[in-house]
Amino acid sequence: MIRHTVGRLVSTVFLAVVLAFFALPMLWLASAPFDDSPTITTSVPEFTLNNFAAILDNPYALGSIRNSLIQGGGAAALVVVLAALAAYALSRVRVPGRDVLLYLLLLLSSVVTGTAAMVPIFELATRLDLIDTHLGVILVVSGGLLPAAIFILKDFMDETPTSYEESARVFGASSLQILRHIVVPLVRPGLATIAVWALASVWGGFLFQFILLRDPDKSPGSVILYTLYTEGGAPKLDLISTFSLLYSLPVVAMYLFVSQRYGFRFHGGIKR
Amino acid sequence: MISLHGLTKVFPGGVRALDGIDLTIGDGEFFALLGPSGCGKTTLLRTIAGLETASSGHISIDQTDVTSSPPGRRNVAMVFQDYALFPHMDVTENIAYPLRIRKVPRAERTAKAADVARRLSLSELLRRRPAQLSGGQQQRVALARAIACHPTAFLFDEPLSNLDARLRLEARTFLKRLQRELAVTTVFVTHDQAEALALADRIAVMSQGRMVQVGTPSEVFQRPATTFVASFIGSTPMNLLPAKAAGGSLHAAGAVLPAPASLTDGDDLVYGVRPEYMDLSPIARPDAFPGTVSVLENLGTSTLVTLEEAGTFIQAVVDEGDEPRLGDRAWAVPRRALVYRDGELLSP
Repeated sequence: MIRHTVGRLVSTVFLAVVLAFFALPMLWLASAPFDDSPTITTSVPEFTLNNFAAILDNPYALGSIRNSLIQGGGAAALVVVLAALAAYALSRVRVPGRDVLLYLLLLLSSVVTGTAAMVPIFELATRLDLIDTHLGVILVVSGGLLPAAIFILKDFMDETPTSYEESARVFGASSLQILRHIVVPLVRPGLATIAVWALASVWGGFLFQFILLRDPDKSPGSVILYTLYTEGGAPKLDLISTFSLLYSLPVVAMYLFVSQRYGFRFHGGIKR
Repeated sequence: MISLHGLTKVFPGGVRALDGIDLTIGDGEFFALLGPSGCGKTTLLRTIAGLETASSGHISIDQTDVTSSPPGRRNVAMVFQDYALFPHMDVTENIAYPLRIRKVPRAERTAKAADVARRLSLSELLRRRPAQLSGGQQQRVALARAIACHPTAFLFDEPLSNLDARLRLEARTFLKRLQRELAVTTVFVTHDQAEALALADRIAVMSQGRMVQVGTPSEVFQRPATTFVASFIGSTPMNLLPAKAAGGSLHAAGAVLPAPASLTDGDDLVYGVRPEYMDLSPIARPDAFPGTVSVLENLGTSTLVTLEEAGTFIQAVVDEGDEPRLGDRAWAVPRRALVYRDGELLSP
């Protein structure tokens, strides 16, 4: 009995510590923007909205959120369309060495998105005149996300029985009609997952955007956040916390929307 | 009318699923492809549908050669074993889907779907999704979808196998009546001989990519062309006993039986009798198979009796009330028999 109580106590304390570890930064993000003089510790704020006025005065802050939306949305759209087509083809057509190809792409993508390929990518972007353009960022980050997206979506495609498609084919549907009418609606939860994941990765991405964009007018929020320092190199915690809060809200809103709208799966129609 | 000439399908890897099939299925005929799993019956159906391409040979539907036409150009409708109803569409959209592909305006196709649904008593269910339907309802929706596109032929892949036993009998009667009413050429695949006998106008029994016998249910049941067909058709398997011809008679499992005229002494034969065509006698007689009653299986209105004699099993069906007791000696007297030489039926 005592041993049981002690066990419960230890596990509860452990969970509380873990929870606090993750909850404290959240708490800081919720309180610091409203604090007159925030520090890196969490405390009850001396309430003020001046920080919001200050961040709105920053010439790049609001524009950078728009840039993040363009780059994240563009990359998400590109990744979803290309990954869906590739995953459908790879799932339905028998290509020799298909699995090897997929694993190789997956392996390479972790290199491509990493710093290792930074110099050649910069060189490539320069020659293609893609430096300082939204398109350049979209293409580069999409290239990094595509292999994993194809890999995940292929699983969704594999799960949908081929008899749906064969049935539609016998009724005379073309491949594109089958994709539009049957496959896309069936894997919509997968497509939504990929879109959210792609947008969130670009939203928080820093290195590519930092290197490929020279003009602060085109920089996304993640890069602008890096400029919120004093000339002496000390972080302006009031602006950083306020901007962080503003910058996270669109992603949280999108996540809630998508999970509410697509966070379900279809069942039935196929008797197993 | 569907005609097949020398139809062969070899899968990559060398598996010969169809081996020179020649067959003509008449207008309005209800035709069964029957065989054990792996015999090529489903491949044949899918080749007619166009989901598989023939390696050689020709298929024509209503005098048009469709061997190399894509599935959508053959004007056939297929009902899949799992029904393949689209889970994200309701019953109306499912039934109207073939019409949507043909660019029929929405109002017209909805009306058409409602019309077909009414004939199959689905009117109450038009707004439901497939997941909200029972197995029998799903099957009727799949049939309605096939009917809605007015095909020249229906292709059914194991249409009843996903229903439970009770519903299966109802659905069988329903399917037969529906096919009579529509009078559309229908080919269906089944591994269940009872289903094939009950539904079909003609049956093709298949084995290893070939047609072993094509005939009406009574032809196939009464005169199975080979011992394979004999053992496959019938709800209780036929007794197939090794026999020898000697002195103008047949000797099999302890019985001496009259032999067909064309036999020569010393021929190795198989003597086949359906358990339904066996009478049991409690007293010894020379033209009967002796044995000890070892198993009694109640079939409801009759009982399947298994006699055992020196490792040979002989089965007979007796009416209720006439059952022997376990361990009794009994003699099984064949009423109607077939004689096979080298696996082929000898004409009497």
